[in-house]
Amino acid sequence: MRILFTLLQKEFKQIFRNKLMLPIIFVVPLVQMILLTYAASLEMKGISMAVVDQDYSQASRQLVSHFEGSPFFEIKLTTSNYQEAEDELTSDHVDVILHVQHDFEKSLYEGKQTDLQLVVNAINATEAGLTNAYCTQIISSFNSQVRAEWFGLEGSGKLTTLEIIPKYWYNPQLDFKIYMFSGILVIIVTLIGMLLTALNLVREKEMGTTEQINVTPIRKYQFIMAKLIPFMIIALFELAFGLMVGRLLFGLPIVGSLGLLFLFTCVYLLTVLGIGLFLSTISNTQQQLMYMAFFFMLTFMLMSGVFTPAESMPIWAQKINIFNPVAYFMKVIRMILLKGSGFMDIRREFYSLGIYAVLILSLAITNYRKTT
Amino acid sequence: MDEREHIIEVKDMVKKFGSFTANDHLTFHVEKGEIFGFLGANGAGKTTAMRILCGLSYPTSGEIHVAGHDVYRERERIKRKIGYMSQKFSLYEDLTVSENIHLYAGIYGLRRKQIAAREEQLLERLGLSHIRNRLIREIPLGWKQKLAFSVAIFHQPAVVFLDEPTGGVDPITRRQFWEMIHDATEEGITVFVTTHYMDEAEYCDRVSIMVDGRIDALDNPAALKQQYESKNMNEVFLKLART
Amino acid sequence: MKRFFGFVKKEFQHIFRDKRTLLILFGLPIVMIILFGFVVTTEIRDVEVGIWDRSMDQTSIGATQKIFSSGYFIPAGYIDHEGEIDELFRSGRAKVVVVFEEGFERNLRRENRAAIKLITDASDANSAQLSLTYLQGVLMNYFQSLNRDVQVPWSIDIKSRMFYNEEMKGVYMFIPGLMAMILMLISALMTSVTIAREKEFGTMELLLASPLKPREIILGKVTPYVFLSFTNALTILILGFLVFDVPVVGSIWLLMGECMLFITLALSLGVLISTSVKTQQMAMFMSLLGLMLPTILLSGFIFPIENMPKVLQWFSAIMPPRWFIVIVKNIMLKGSGFAFIWKETLILFGMTLFFILAAVKKFQIRLK
Repeated sequence: MRILFTLLQKEFKQIFRNKLMLPIIFVVPLVQMILLTYAASLEMKGISMAVVDQDYSQASRQLVSHFEGSPFFEIKLTTSNYQEAEDELTSDHVDVILHVQHDFEKSLYEGKQTDLQLVVNAINATEAGLTNAYCTQIISSFNSQVRAEWFGLEGSGKLTTLEIIPKYWYNPQLDFKIYMFSGILVIIVTLIGMLLTALNLVREKEMGTTEQINVTPIRKYQFIMAKLIPFMIIALFELAFGLMVGRLLFGLPIVGSLGLLFLFTCVYLLTVLGIGLFLSTISNTQQQLMYMAFFFMLTFMLMSGVFTPAESMPIWAQKINIFNPVAYFMKVIRMILLKGSGFMDIRREFYSLGIYAVLILSLAITNYRKTT
Repeated sequence: MDEREHIIEVKDMVKKFGSFTANDHLTFHVEKGEIFGFLGANGAGKTTAMRILCGLSYPTSGEIHVAGHDVYRERERIKRKIGYMSQKFSLYEDLTVSENIHLYAGIYGLRRKQIAAREEQLLERLGLSHIRNRLIREIPLGWKQKLAFSVAIFHQPAVVFLDEPTGGVDPITRRQFWEMIHDATEEGITVFVTTHYMDEAEYCDRVSIMVDGRIDALDNPAALKQQYESKNMNEVFLKLART
Repeated sequence: MKRFFGFVKKEFQHIFRDKRTLLILFGLPIVMIILFGFVVTTEIRDVEVGIWDRSMDQTSIGATQKIFSSGYFIPAGYIDHEGEIDELFRSGRAKVVVVFEEGFERNLRRENRAAIKLITDASDANSAQLSLTYLQGVLMNYFQSLNRDVQVPWSIDIKSRMFYNEEMKGVYMFIPGLMAMILMLISALMTSVTIAREKEFGTMELLLASPLKPREIILGKVTPYVFLSFTNALTILILGFLVFDVPVVGSIWLLMGECMLFITLALSLGVLISTSVKTQQMAMFMSLLGLMLPTILLSGFIFPIENMPKVLQWFSAIMPPRWFIVIVKNIMLKGSGFAFIWKETLILFGMTLFFILAAVKKFQIRLK
């Protein structure tokens, strides 16, 4: 279509004349990708602990040495005064107190119910939960080991031990970074695509050139397509750029088919840019549009499973995610990159997004009024 | 005159915005090749009416034909045969003179060779050849105006609509602009122009004067001056506005 | 003075007439609270687990049942050969596969040891670890219970006490972070865009040419957002209290005071940004990418700062939200008094001063 081509020429010229474009496309995403991937970790190391040992027995010292040997914990204080430890907790110098009470060893030896107290700073519940889990693990392993040693139950044939062997597939080093990086990549591709498109459209409205366009025989779909394609290409380029950065800097695995990934990204971009376009057809000013786009973007992003797994969300939230294109992309990019999933594995997401794209673009085109 | 020669035919056009009537049963026609001035004070309803004729706005009711096509059903066909120049001169500020020409020419379906040839002619005539690669935002207002008009008629439409095209330019430039309009009609293009500068009415073949959404006068300038016993169109307008 | 109030009134009208933006302004905190309170969680739920039981004996079946009755895991079916694992993972139908070795029960009885393999899709390392931790817990418990017929001394019973947050509500951490984010958004982002807008449309020159003094113009533009931010902050606190029982243990007045300080900081930052850009687009981009994303990620809002590489920790130190979050957490959840948080307050105060001075300087330069 010659008209479409003419329009595209114009759009590209305008985009690259905008001096901000180059830094926005390259520098900003790069910085974000690097900085944020390193920031986004939920793993915990070196949790500061205060030990209150009121028993001074061999058992208690052995227990403490287990914690000393663990990379998860850093013992900042050992004392026999509980209040001292609690003060450290309230002043945020330690995050957890291990309280071994008087008669710890004796009680164990006598087969009585032996308590061990943990006091965890639970303001951050997730951290507290993890802290608790790590402590429990260490204490349990101490428990079994010491039990077996001191009572020779192992040999007595009365105690059965269970060996649980964890095996981590696709990511044996448990590198959280690649998970996060792929998430951040999604965000950047989406942000750049959607924001640029929508802003462009409203900017024309504000400049008044839209009227001039409306008077011409340009068809609505041609106009919308011309607004969409340049940014789609830029966003795809962004994806390629990001993948390269990921590979070089973070060792991002690319197990699956890149072709499939790009194909899916095209469908995804059509959807997301379509949403941006639709939003701009219902905004009158750039300001309005930016806030609406920001609102939707933020909500979609948080719900998409970028930082926290989408599968962990309550059912009603997962249902809403049916309308969240970012959730689809988030899931698929990780599946393709990290696990090598193929088309059959993602066909459901592919079809769903395809339908979504068609719907939203039709809506945007219909809603765009050449005549008011 | 034979109705078929009327390039624009309007009968009882009404445009309401809620309870406010912007255009109240307008009836008029425009003949092929004439310069038709659509005059009136600000807010009288000129731009509204023009937007309807261009296909930018839906009329509330009335029979309207432009360039032989019905405005309700054949809007897209009309658009191919008309040109438009808005108050803001609607050229893309961040494209060059040449790029703007190519853009709009391409939109109206001209081939590259055609465009190139006409572009040369146009730039020569306007004396703008030396700035063909300058961005629009860098050229003075007077040149922008002339360029905008030329771009609007580049594809040789049947009618060109001009919405207050001389706002903000000095009198000499205005004069030159009207000369360009005249030249356009010599090539067979009908010019429909709205303005609130009453003196420009003298340049038109016929004018209509709108007051509060209605056409209160419609004739050639000489006849109107006689009718209202005025020396110039300004007086005609003042007399009309007072009644 | 009257001039000034007239101007402020116009700004308010401006904002309130824009219904769409208004909706978002007030809707955002509510949606965010819902999201963070209910939706965004690093906990695991309904993890699909596949079973490869090479024994199919009473113990292994018992263990399997225990896994699925724990509430965290849902069954993803049985498999009978290794090749199926990759398929399960790739298609996303399972996240973990539990493998019971051959002769499981027999090994337990006769040799007193047996092995269970937990194969996890570790592409999401965090969730994988959590899932495994929980699975291990469930399995350990099951086997403890098998041992119950033997008198087992040396059983340590761990009593955990969650300080400040007995029920371990995730939302406690988020309310302060949310406040920081929303205040930053409204005060910095919106202010910068509004002022940049006037510049872009050329109306700023109009204002400068009027009898209004430059500082009156800035103050006037900024005042509505002070009110809006404050209202939003209150909304968040109230909602947090009503819906999630998040308390304000410390002094409400101190909290309000600190909020005002932070709002002022964000506003001056917004003004500073607007003096540095020419268009609304730029204002938004700078605010979004330079403020919002780092606020969310580097301020300690979601991800703990202690885990970050040193470089990022320094970055975090220059982010105002980080200090604000510490202050709010302390006041709200620990009931700390001013003596406790004076350091952070001072930091915020210093930053505010810096931004204001920078903004004033930039403004003056522009005028020349």
